Amino acid sequence: MATKDIYYVPEGSKWPIFGSFALFVLFIGGALLFNGNANANFVLYLGIALVFYMFVGWFNDVIGESRSGKYSGQVDVSFRMGMGWFIFSEVMFFAAFFGALFYARMFSIPWLGGLGGGSATHEFLWSAFEASWPLSVTPDPTNFDQPKEVIPAFGVPGINTLILLTSGVTVTFAHWALKNNKRANLNIWLALTVILGFVFVYFQAEEYAHAYGDLNLKLSSGIYGSTFYMLTGFHGFHVTMGAIMLLVILLRTIKGHFSKKDHFAFEAVAWYWHFVDVVWLGLFIFVYWI
Amino acid sequence: MSTLAHEHDHHHAPSGLKRWIFSTNHKDIGTLYLIFALMMFFIGGAMAMIIRAELFQPGLQFVDPQFYNSMVTVHALIMIFGAVMPAGVGLANWMIPLMIGAPDMALPRMNNMSFWILPFGFALLISTLFMNGGGPAGGWTMYPPLVLQLNDAFPFLIFTVHILGVSSIMGAINIIATVFNMRAPGMTLMKMPLFVWTWVITAFLLIASLPVLAGAVTMLLTDKYFGTSFFSAAGGGDPVLFQHIFWFFGHPEVYILALPAFGIVSTIIPTFARKPLFGYASMVYATASIAILSFFVWAHHMFTVGMPIKGELFFMYATMLIAVPTGVKVFNWMATMWKGAMTFEAPMLFSIAFVILFTIGGFSGLMLGITPVDFQYHDTYFVVAHFHYVLLTGAVFSLMAAAYYWLPKWTGYMYDEKLAKIHFWLSAIASNVLFFPQHFLGLAGMPRRIPDYNIQFADFNMISSIGGFAYGISQLLFVYIVIKCALGGKKAKAQAWEGAKGLEWTVPSPAPFHTFETPPKLTKAMLEN
Repeated sequence: MATKDIYYVPEGSKWPIFGSFALFVLFIGGALLFNGNANANFVLYLGIALVFYMFVGWFNDVIGESRSGKYSGQVDVSFRMGMGWFIFSEVMFFAAFFGALFYARMFSIPWLGGLGGGSATHEFLWSAFEASWPLSVTPDPTNFDQPKEVIPAFGVPGINTLILLTSGVTVTFAHWALKNNKRANLNIWLALTVILGFVFVYFQAEEYAHAYGDLNLKLSSGIYGSTFYMLTGFHGFHVTMGAIMLLVILLRTIKGHFSKKDHFAFEAVAWYWHFVDVVWLGLFIFVYWI
Repeated sequence: MSTLAHEHDHHHAPSGLKRWIFSTNHKDIGTLYLIFALMMFFIGGAMAMIIRAELFQPGLQFVDPQFYNSMVTVHALIMIFGAVMPAGVGLANWMIPLMIGAPDMALPRMNNMSFWILPFGFALLISTLFMNGGGPAGGWTMYPPLVLQLNDAFPFLIFTVHILGVSSIMGAINIIATVFNMRAPGMTLMKMPLFVWTWVITAFLLIASLPVLAGAVTMLLTDKYFGTSFFSAAGGGDPVLFQHIFWFFGHPEVYILALPAFGIVSTIIPTFARKPLFGYASMVYATASIAILSFFVWAHHMFTVGMPIKGELFFMYATMLIAVPTGVKVFNWMATMWKGAMTFEAPMLFSIAFVILFTIGGFSGLMLGITPVDFQYHDTYFVVAHFHYVLLTGAVFSLMAAAYYWLPKWTGYMYDEKLAKIHFWLSAIASNVLFFPQHFLGLAGMPRRIPDYNIQFADFNMISSIGGFAYGISQLLFVYIVIKCALGGKKAKAQAWEGAKGLEWTVPSPAPFHTFETPPKLTKAMLEN
């Protein structure tokens, strides 16, 4: 096709500026909420709705263009690079929180316990503090919720590890089915992946309820609770997003989208799914296990 | 497929407001970025004028200390994220597709979004100045626990950082995809103009460092509102942890501002020296080395905070190491000029000033990088002088050079050379009057971020303020020159500069709305660096 010789540069689109505005509203809503403004919820939900509408509209345009054959192989490569580097940026976001975890475990807690340059702090501020991990008693025990217990690695987290690893396998089976044009198998394996994703999120929510309610392990339980909830929380959020993305892909495969050669959207979501999988392995090892 | 064919027949720009707000054209988006950056340069500059007016003499004259600190903080955020970075991205947008023979940026709609986030982001930031409790006043580095005392402005500050980060990451992804996927056949990596190289390396720095900043400010947010203890020693965290995470972003950020500047002067000096760039390959490797090293030097911003001695030593030596590739660059720029047939048009003047003044800033950076002496310099005006030499007479001078160099390509007209030279000399003299005395102030012990000072510092502060006002006023001349050039003047040829090399000079001036819709056939001469 002659048009494929030309790199597809889309006509002007309203979605980018709409999306910028939607983010603006969303962030104002969030900020007002933190400031205790009476209208915060309205602005926040409006922002979420606008962002959602932007995603639907923008992806709708892209899917339409893709299905009408406007994208050459070169455009495909641009999308691949875009998704790949987006995932890398996400990795670096998690790196900040892992960095905080390692810093707390390797430096701040031992120092507060009196090691190295922290001996004076230990002696004059909180001389009763004993360094330990998981941190069950904070240096200043009065202003923090002291957890009774922490979540053991080989309970629900172990099962969740199996679930996520299995979902990584099922999504690969779905990919093989797509490449061999076995559409029924594709739908089954993909649906299974989506279900596993949401089951993971469900277990994670149950675990949070248990930790918060029964174990008194909270965001305000000192650095252990902080790193635990922020790392697993952002991961859980990413799994939820990934599962929704997989669901959208499933709806598209059911509608008959994608061919055995041309299915970048499927691959992009599969990459993303493997990314949340790998992050989970890091979490399982460093947050729950050792 | 007739509709498709029709769409590709568009060679004229769409008209009206829609052309700009819905744009998917790299030149229009580049123009938007550049105009936005110039506007922010003046807003941030006005804040600098307030700072210098307050410091004109000892005592409190015009503003209360809280507002003064807000001005210091917001001036920094605006100049970094609103002026220098968007100007660099604007140049990248305009020039990279032209330089590598691409029809546009790889992801044109995302390109538009990364621009349009900026006005909304800065609306968030500037609105904080009018909020209950005032704007952010704890410095642009947002160190806890001080920043956590901020009132209503706090969540807005955090979300401003988030939203600007989203914009920059999208811009960076776009640049990487463009450079690695959109080059015309024959434009191999080692044939790319150095400006493209420096920008693609900058894009990697952006993608690797900005998400870390997003993580850091998210922890600030949860520490303030959700009771987490990341930066609270009472809960087992550490306020110094924030400094580590922040500067893991912050030091690469320094090179995000500086590397495009290196690319610009590496383009301009060969043009006006009428010689190829000396040591092209070594320039590429030096840029990459600086970028990689920039991730291993962050703690030199925090020598006095109380780190183990091994950490201090490691970060000192790693910092010294950066001087090596930077020295390679300065050497190459001088070697390019050596025995060249030089002429001194405004872009060249700004570039030569860049080489000299950036090097002064580099040397004061070396002094700051030496741990034991940094204990004296830390948090004094010596630091202020240092980073203004690298950022104002460095990055901003290079952006001025770039604007004069490519204005003929953008507008189709030559700018007024005489006025531009006046602008250069005013800027060069005023900025040195402004910042050179601050070295002495710092060495004598004047602290940063303080609206009042001991009378022993009065004379140098007055000189510095006079330089500041002169610099500020002389930038208005730049606006006049740009507007005059956009409206008319001597027609620019396709190759506006006699010695210029590169694909951007093979298309007419002004560059048509669409260029290189099919990849150009590159000759050997076109690929000379």
